Amino acid sequence: MITVKHLYKSFNSHEVLSDINCTIHDGEVIVIIGPSGSGKSTLLRCLNLLETPTQGSIIIDGQDITDRKVNIDQVREKMGMVFQQFNLFPHKTVIKNICHAPIRVRKMKRGDAEQQGMDLLSKVGLREKKDVYPITLSGGQQQRIAIARALAMQPTAMLFDEPTSALDPEMVSEVLAVIKDLAKEGMTMVIVTHEMGFAKEVGDRIIFMDGGQIVEENTPQELFRHPQHARTQNFLSKILH
Amino acid sequence: MEFLNFSFLGSYYSFFLQGAYVTVLLAIISVIAGTILGVLLTLMRRSKIKVVRWISIAYVEFIRGTPLLAQVYLVYVGLPMLLQLNIPDFTTGAIALTIHASAYISETMRSGIEAVPYGQSEAARSLGMNSRRTMLDIILPQAFKNILPALGNQFIGNIKDSSLVSVIGIAELMYETTTVRGTTALGLEPIIVCSLIYLVLTLTLTRLLTFVERRLKSSDHR
Repeated sequence: MITVKHLYKSFNSHEVLSDINCTIHDGEVIVIIGPSGSGKSTLLRCLNLLETPTQGSIIIDGQDITDRKVNIDQVREKMGMVFQQFNLFPHKTVIKNICHAPIRVRKMKRGDAEQQGMDLLSKVGLREKKDVYPITLSGGQQQRIAIARALAMQPTAMLFDEPTSALDPEMVSEVLAVIKDLAKEGMTMVIVTHEMGFAKEVGDRIIFMDGGQIVEENTPQELFRHPQHARTQNFLSKILH
Repeated sequence: MEFLNFSFLGSYYSFFLQGAYVTVLLAIISVIAGTILGVLLTLMRRSKIKVVRWISIAYVEFIRGTPLLAQVYLVYVGLPMLLQLNIPDFTTGAIALTIHASAYISETMRSGIEAVPYGQSEAARSLGMNSRRTMLDIILPQAFKNILPALGNQFIGNIKDSSLVSVIGIAELMYETTTVRGTTALGLEPIIVCSLIYLVLTLTLTRLLTFVERRLKSSDHR
């Protein structure tokens, strides 16, 4: 379980997150939506401390990760992250992208790591791509590899930062399909996305953010059909046609 | 005007070959050792500790702001005094060239590291890799690929720069040329031969570099 309490984040004097409170239960899929600049990516990046919160606490399974004594590398091992720009390692083949951290960080045996890597490649449907370099793959393929790479650390939760925003439209669905599969398996996930149909389908709960605050959170059915706040209504009216 | 007389080559060609060999050796040693030292300086420059950062900056600024010839003398005279050791001349020359090259390589390395997208580091860190591991396994290999052409140019530069260590009596190409000039009493011809050898060395390397660069580029766009 992840509990965020009174979280603030400022870049210099610009406040990006303001008094964020939320709880993410195990196995839950949370989708964060909101206009650009609303702080949704920053919130996600605070969850594995890619951004250091200015104030407040993030408690993961009873441990406050904003505590300076916490080994952040160990926390990150358990939190897989998938980026908008994939960020595959261009100098490593697909299988090495996936196996590197399990071998170097989790000290898995090479053979075991590669076996697991192949299983994950099958899962994302790219088994035959194991020995190619990322540059040769399409955006959708790269993002599926990036998901496999994150899963290889056997995380307890996955964070997705606009995983389909950099993709050509025809490649969006193959990536979303992989994420939906993960949701079915019960993976705890926090997803920042602009894909409203997907949000509705996969999310257990939708968080709407604006101006660095959580304006409203609810089940997809409620939030999309009966948004309570004017800002939510305004945002949804702009994107749902 | 008399014709140029190259007949001395028959008895003195081995001086030039021996000198060229030492020159290439000096260039290879100084580019490799200079790269290692250069990477170290770059990492120091990125250190969280102010003093370490400051040492790196001061070192680079000093080397870049003073002539190589002065550095050669500084190392030749200063280092044995500092260490209370008798250092062979060749080693002294190699050290001076290494120190010189390392300052320039560290600046190149810095730009090579900065050219690696920040997302690479974020991806590595988000997988639980610590900052050391991230630097060694993810950032540096990509940075090296970025700066390989610049390193090649540094190598070419080292070949030419190494001529300056002739002043401390290291028998590289320039030193051997001076010897031949003295023995044959020919002013111009040995220098012409010497220059042509430098030119052959640098041109060969330039061609080699172009080839390697093209190979690297093609692997980027398969």
